[in-house]
Amino acid sequence: MELIGIWVAAMLTLCIYSFLYRDNPFYRFAEHLFVGISVGYGIVLTYHQGFKPFAWNPLQEAVTEQEWIGLVRLIPIGIGVLFFARLVPSQGWLIRYPIAILIGVGSGLAIPNVMRADIFEQVHGTLAPFAQIHAGELSRFQIFGVVLMLIGVISTLTYFFFSVEHRGVVGGVSKIGIVFLMIGFGSAFGNTVMGRVSLLIQRVDFLLHDWLHLI
Amino acid sequence: MKGQRFSCPVLVVQGLVISLLVLGCGLNAFAQDATTTEDTRLFDTAKIWIFLAVILYSATVVYCIYHARSGKELFIRRIPGLEAVDEAIGRATEMGRSIMYILGLGGVSNVATIASMNILSQVAQKTADYETPLRVPCNDPIVMNVVQEMVKTAYLNEGRPDAYNEENIFFLTESQFAYAAGVDGMMVREQPAAVFLQGTFFAESLILAETGNSIGAIQIAGTDKEHQLPFFIAACDYTLIGEELFAASAYLSREPMLLGSLKGQDYGKVMIFGAIVIGVILELFGITWMTTFFQRVR
Repeated sequence: MELIGIWVAAMLTLCIYSFLYRDNPFYRFAEHLFVGISVGYGIVLTYHQGFKPFAWNPLQEAVTEQEWIGLVRLIPIGIGVLFFARLVPSQGWLIRYPIAILIGVGSGLAIPNVMRADIFEQVHGTLAPFAQIHAGELSRFQIFGVVLMLIGVISTLTYFFFSVEHRGVVGGVSKIGIVFLMIGFGSAFGNTVMGRVSLLIQRVDFLLHDWLHLI
Repeated sequence: MKGQRFSCPVLVVQGLVISLLVLGCGLNAFAQDATTTEDTRLFDTAKIWIFLAVILYSATVVYCIYHARSGKELFIRRIPGLEAVDEAIGRATEMGRSIMYILGLGGVSNVATIASMNILSQVAQKTADYETPLRVPCNDPIVMNVVQEMVKTAYLNEGRPDAYNEENIFFLTESQFAYAAGVDGMMVREQPAAVFLQGTFFAESLILAETGNSIGAIQIAGTDKEHQLPFFIAACDYTLIGEELFAASAYLSREPMLLGSLKGQDYGKVMIFGAIVIGVILELFGITWMTTFFQRVR
């Protein structure tokens, strides 16, 4: 059985890699299989990890044990069912309620976290090294790094001002910001490509070792 | 690609399960908190500063929106990626090919997805005018529903409800790489003249952008995921970097409300700018209360 699994995996790997040459029936077969299986798997997964534990089982429990407070779950279930209002054209507007709740809850949960992680902690991270400079804990090279970081933060922030025309001083500072951004993107690019190459190595290792036993 | 679209019953089951999961999770968490947590406080005082910051920021944005609505014209700087939107749509129209709009993997409550949907609405208004087919493969069934409504409204606003085709906005799969494989296949087979990659993207970003590049499509990308931006910059013609994605809907629509909101965000950045400059000066003089303050805010 394991052998069959290895052969199927190897064949599908080759089918997907054949896209590097051009679109072909093998790739198309693997693509449709991949999409179809992922949707089927997703439905089964959400049924077992979502519908059963969060909706069906608690409701069943509430009814069998006559704990009627458990029926409060019918409220979110009812709101969720409104998603299907689109299937009835005349009642399609009802879908706006669950969507509004989802967006509202999502934004409400996200905003405080963004404020803390992206603003307060970032500002703290920018300021903290200057306390170390005052305490004389940093070497000259480290101080240079801290000053460079400050220039990077200020210039990059300037780039993201939208209601000011990027001319003169603002234009110059935002150009420095772009340079910092591009250096950051370049290093991230190299880092990620390294990660992708390791994934390729894993796949080639699977083909040559597990499948063909060549290495 | 008809084989990759899913019939109503599948979407019904998927939508039901997802909606119940999302809403049920919230209720379950609430029920568990009620039984296992002894903390009965209604307000977490440790987060008071975040609360005040949100209030201050919101007040600034609301003020700017009112200011913008009073009729005063607000300036917004040039964003090259967005100026290319007309060029991309025009090119697709001239070539008689479709436009593909990819919203990424974010859910409907994801901020980048919401920004992307706003851009899509503007793009849809233009494609309605030119009768250019707009194809939107979705990764999330709820996003698909919202997008169908938005695009339909955009076509209605342009007086072209007849040109709207609901089948062009469809659910593909929620699986990341299956989605990438499906979209890649569609790109190669349908050869869209323009590809928009706007929203939240992860490891599939380069796979999508590279395929779009290989078919010669004009590509306009934008994401708030800084780790994916390098790939878009390398493989796409224009890239909206981070917050430019959020500024896009204001830029394209020029609506006073959105422009005012953007102005308010800029004032927020001025506050951060000021906090950093003042904080650095204070720290260099050994006054550490600002750093201590930011450290304590959790």
